[in-house]
Amino acid sequence: MPQTLFQKVWDRHAVRQLPNGQTQLYIGLHLIHEVTSPQAFDELNARGWPVAAPDRTFATLDHIVPTGTQLRPFADGMAETMTAALERNCRRHGIPLFDLASGDQGIVHVIGPELGLTQPGMTICCGDSHTSTHGAFGAIAFGIGTSQVRDVLASQSLALTPFKVRRIEVNGQLGPGVFAKDVILTIIGHLGIQAGAGHAYEYGGDVVDRMTMDERMTMCNMSIEGGARLGYVNPDDTTFAYLRGRRFAPSGEAFDRAVAWWRQMASDRDASYDDRVVLNGADIAPTVTWGINPGQSVAVDGRLPDPRELRDPVDPMDQTNQITEALQFMGLSAGQPIAGLKVDVAFIGSCTNGRLSDLREAARVVRGHHVAPHVRALVVPGSQAVRVAAEREGLHDVFRAAGFDWRAAGCSMCLAMNPDRLNGREVCASSSNRNFKGRQGSPTGRTLLMSPAMVAAAAIAGEVVDVRAWGAAS
Amino acid sequence: MSDSRVSLVAGPAMVLPGDDIDTDRIMPARFLKAVTFEGLESHLFEDDRKEAASRGLTHVFDEASRRTARVLVVGRNFGCGSSREHAPQAIRRWGIRAVVGESFAEIFFGNSLMMGLPCVTISAADAAQLRSAVESDSAAPVAVDLEAGTVTAGGLVCRTSMPESARQALISGAWDATGILLADYDVVRRVAASLPYVTGF
Repeated sequence: MPQTLFQKVWDRHAVRQLPNGQTQLYIGLHLIHEVTSPQAFDELNARGWPVAAPDRTFATLDHIVPTGTQLRPFADGMAETMTAALERNCRRHGIPLFDLASGDQGIVHVIGPELGLTQPGMTICCGDSHTSTHGAFGAIAFGIGTSQVRDVLASQSLALTPFKVRRIEVNGQLGPGVFAKDVILTIIGHLGIQAGAGHAYEYGGDVVDRMTMDERMTMCNMSIEGGARLGYVNPDDTTFAYLRGRRFAPSGEAFDRAVAWWRQMASDRDASYDDRVVLNGADIAPTVTWGINPGQSVAVDGRLPDPRELRDPVDPMDQTNQITEALQFMGLSAGQPIAGLKVDVAFIGSCTNGRLSDLREAARVVRGHHVAPHVRALVVPGSQAVRVAAEREGLHDVFRAAGFDWRAAGCSMCLAMNPDRLNGREVCASSSNRNFKGRQGSPTGRTLLMSPAMVAAAAIAGEVVDVRAWGAAS
Repeated sequence: MSDSRVSLVAGPAMVLPGDDIDTDRIMPARFLKAVTFEGLESHLFEDDRKEAASRGLTHVFDEASRRTARVLVVGRNFGCGSSREHAPQAIRRWGIRAVVGESFAEIFFGNSLMMGLPCVTISAADAAQLRSAVESDSAAPVAVDLEAGTVTAGGLVCRTSMPESARQALISGAWDATGILLADYDVVRRVAASLPYVTGF
């Protein structure tokens, strides 16, 4: 019987059925970081349990790492304490740690793929909801909480209930100035932020088939913003070409055997899905969020919704209250255009859009221009490797010459657990993934999510602009 | 394991209005800078509470009459966003022993289950009635009965839904899964040995 990749991977990793009806699922790769692991290690240590598979567990530092000066001890005492705790736990349990001195440190969802740890057909977990990123390789990858981190450390497995699979196809061609970020923001805007509950999203169609791995990662990364704990793309030649030669990927003849196995894990052509959604790539415009969740977005040449026009008293999913609340928080008016909205801060980085190709796209927009005088702009590479590669191409010079701050790798202003944050009511054009109230470190700060190219253009114009018009002008 | 069984939660309740309440709002990221979960409850909804106070309003988590609440009534898609377990940890440490809502984000639901905090779902129509019952009387006892599959408040009886595996885990006291997962580790080893990426292709 034809199967989806999800079903194949699930079946290969199922250990046994548990008394409550759930499945015990083997976890092939466990990634950990400093913020969601200390309590898990404490419980493990208190119960006297070893880490079941330290060779399938890898650690890095990303959430709290300062992206300015990184001299130890960190100026933030708690950041130092958490870093020391991770170092101690990794040493004690024999877990490899990609620390600041390693040259391999970075956002966990950037370095996993970069090092070749992330591979097709795996089950991958991390105490971070953006673990869905790794699904770009055809892995079943999802975020877990700290108690589940403890479970995986102790047993290399989890108690889970199977997901339904929704196939989302994007066909045709994307227009110029339209990126993977716009595609996923459009999907989330179209389906809503609750639609993914209980589902894995399988992304496909011509547009996704033509995407690079970086672009597929951007798509899968934001699955969770649509409520789907995991999203994936079937592995293909693009995937295999990316993996060849990576440090933890198989090499030599083993690589060829791996490709054969990876290929057969892809969804069968006639597999059946619980649901199917089809979008036309040509309909997708550069997209910007205007509200307080990632589903509240609009095409850059569009206008904000008017709750008075949308009110539907009998629709239980009526969104008018949320729209009203969001407009109020953002200080915006119903029906106003998003273009021309003044921005105070521009942030390029994060596990969504902090890879080399993202920095290249942003640099292409920035080259020969200067950041608007009222804008504070920063570029934060997703990993030390991304930073080195970007510097080799001279991208740091392009950004610096334009007035951007060029930083060290980390999660930075995506969640502001480090010194990078918004102040007061600042409006931030951001290439990150969440625009929740307070997300970027100021309770009243405001986030506009968009592609890195759009952030770059906004930084220079000092307001939200259509990057398509920018291309024509420059 | 009898003390870990969760089958009935009864006590005063409180309503947190709104849909799509994300975990950044429940527990702002700056409070994740800690190596334990202790004391998190004092920062629950901190930014929302301050914002309400700045407008002369009282957030429900600051209402003295709700301080003894054991049941939290929420809207749709509660706990969306980040996987931070700090959010349900803080809710439980504050004193809440059951959450009743129209729907829950998946990771939040799972994290809550892992600490024996039931999240049960009721219909939108029932939720509206439950909200008005709870809001009109802070002392009114609400009972979340996992065995019977009901939430009751005075004369109001709402049917609940919850994945059967979660319900079983709670009422049998087996929600702390680690011991169960470790019960037969040889089977885990066998599955690992059958995977080509584990054995090196």
